[in-house]
Amino acid sequence: MTQPESSTEPRGQQEIPLPGPDVLRRWLRDMMLIREFEVRCMQAYQNRLAGGFLHVYNGQEGVAVGALATLRPDDPIITAYRDHGHALARGMDPKIGMAELFGRIGGCAKGKGGSMHFFDAEHHMYGGHGIVGAQVPLGAGLAFATKYYDEVIGGGTSSHVTLCFMGDGATNQGSVHEAMNLASTLSLPVIFIVENNLYSMGTAIERCTAAGLELQERARGYAMDSAMVEGMDVLDVYRGMKPLVDRCRATARPCFVDMRCYRFKGHSMSDPRKYRTHEEEACWETKDPIELLAAHLVDQDHLTGEAFKQLGKDIRAEIRAAVKWAEASPATPIDELYHDVYTDRWGPYTGTSMPEFLNRRSSDRGGDDA
Amino acid sequence: MREIAFRDALREAMSEEMRRDERVFLIGEEVAQYDGAYKVSKGMLEEFGERRVIDTPISESGFSGLSIGAAMKGLRPIVEFMSWSFSLVAADPILNNAAKMLYMSGGQFGCPIVFRGNDGAGGQLGSTHSWCVESLYANVPGLKIIIPSTPYTAKGLLTQAIRDDNPVFCLESERMLALTGEVPETSYTLPIGQAEVIRSGGDCTLVSFGRPLYFCIEAAETLAREGIECEIIDGRSIKPLDMDTIAASVRRTNCCVVVDQSWSFASIGAEVATEVHRLCFDDLDNHVFRVHSDDVPAPYAKELEQEMLPNARKICEAVRAATYTA
Repeated sequence: MTQPESSTEPRGQQEIPLPGPDVLRRWLRDMMLIREFEVRCMQAYQNRLAGGFLHVYNGQEGVAVGALATLRPDDPIITAYRDHGHALARGMDPKIGMAELFGRIGGCAKGKGGSMHFFDAEHHMYGGHGIVGAQVPLGAGLAFATKYYDEVIGGGTSSHVTLCFMGDGATNQGSVHEAMNLASTLSLPVIFIVENNLYSMGTAIERCTAAGLELQERARGYAMDSAMVEGMDVLDVYRGMKPLVDRCRATARPCFVDMRCYRFKGHSMSDPRKYRTHEEEACWETKDPIELLAAHLVDQDHLTGEAFKQLGKDIRAEIRAAVKWAEASPATPIDELYHDVYTDRWGPYTGTSMPEFLNRRSSDRGGDDA
Repeated sequence: MREIAFRDALREAMSEEMRRDERVFLIGEEVAQYDGAYKVSKGMLEEFGERRVIDTPISESGFSGLSIGAAMKGLRPIVEFMSWSFSLVAADPILNNAAKMLYMSGGQFGCPIVFRGNDGAGGQLGSTHSWCVESLYANVPGLKIIIPSTPYTAKGLLTQAIRDDNPVFCLESERMLALTGEVPETSYTLPIGQAEVIRSGGDCTLVSFGRPLYFCIEAAETLAREGIECEIIDGRSIKPLDMDTIAASVRRTNCCVVVDQSWSFASIGAEVATEVHRLCFDDLDNHVFRVHSDDVPAPYAKELEQEMLPNARKICEAVRAATYTA
């Protein structure tokens, strides 16, 4: 994509220039792609094509798309188990993600990770982590590594930013506090983004977090800058995150973001959502990030109703094809069981190899091999 | 050949690898300005600077996870635990992330990292500080575990561990850090997963790992005076476990006693015994005998602690029973 045009769009108190309409239309497409992917995941789960746990990202698409738009392609990202949106927003091919859910050899982790453990080395996406808060020290470590490469090995100055996503429930996990303290004392270029969807699983934030919605107080305890960003409108996310990312890149100092958002679906597929009201859900659904951006683009004459419809059609076709491709991908062969446990061969262990999508990247791009 | 202390051998391995490979760094509590809680990293801050020898807050879970993240990105961290007892609060990162990253990512992200520190009873530290973690952690796929018993093996195994592309746990002992022995001045490696026969004898094979080897040597001398010749095997590595060397010895002696400082239930000792029974079923004159720490929390009182740990007396009793000379 070419350099963003600087069409200033004053919103609230911020005046951060937005990228041009092409980029905004791509954001819309990315968010719709994530939504459709998740809808088909739920379907596949109900049809038992996918097993394990499934946590969908519906409603929070603006967070991943808007936040990642502020990064350079080689800035690392890491997240928790609600990870499909981040992987897709980073550029993972949906068919690779779908095949992972189906436990197929064509999946991003050859069917060994599953929904909660999406990894994509090509796009600097470091997972997908299933234990709440576990990815946060790892995220600090990614930032430690970029700084070490830039400064100790490269002899220059730190020039990368790591985005480390977590849910609001993770802020009550000890490892998260250890990681924030470490990031601040070691001065690491990492931004801790709390996707605050108000519930840790089924427990409302005020029932499990001492300071309730005052999450930023936690950053203060670690001498870290913090910000609150509205996460339902991707434009707010971008405008909120851009200065933070730029400052983190310039200063190599960590920062903390309370990103307000809402998940439209339950925690996982087994969640009856009895802990919140239909009224509350209906209220948040009026802030659907896809509809907000589509309305903005139509309003600005950057999108017609017809084009929006067509985009929806194209995306449905793309995800349909992804499901087909994933279904056609062979089941992961049994000998893969003994692969990737260790890098070397001993006993029953057979060394390691890259997933197909990294090996056969060029042929994948050549055409439809479904 | 010159003789140096165990702690100096560990430091030589780390320093040589840090000179050789810029991606290697040392991180942990008190490793830099304090020169290491047990002086293993003495002088390393001076040579390598604070960007490569890094003091951390007391946050084992945090700095373990941080180092694993750095290893995912291709750096090669050496993480010092003041004691492996403290690694328990870092169980999630070291067992869930380090051990399984390669597998869960389908081969995309490895974890070339070394965790090292004191394992086993230090000397009247009570039960929280006297953990033997080898049996606990050996149960986890994806890890390698080395347990050097001499300055020579410490340098060679640790050097190999730092070069290994997998997570390696290096179990040292506070009680052995001052122990001296011959160590080459040049850099060298010892293969991980290769045991060594350190004393030959035809009557009974004694298999052990780490510090209890010294109790085995003491017992073997006592038993030799009684006419029982022990063959002693230094396992050196717990995972991979070199059953070839152990089985070859048992086929010669037809008798085996395993001495393992961890607790008996579901332990390394149990694993070795099972494998010896499987591999040497027709060669054995008796079942495999096992000497462990007693199945109680480590006590504080000196006499109680000595009684709880494997010791020469317990080993002698086991060998006599195994060889029908009791």
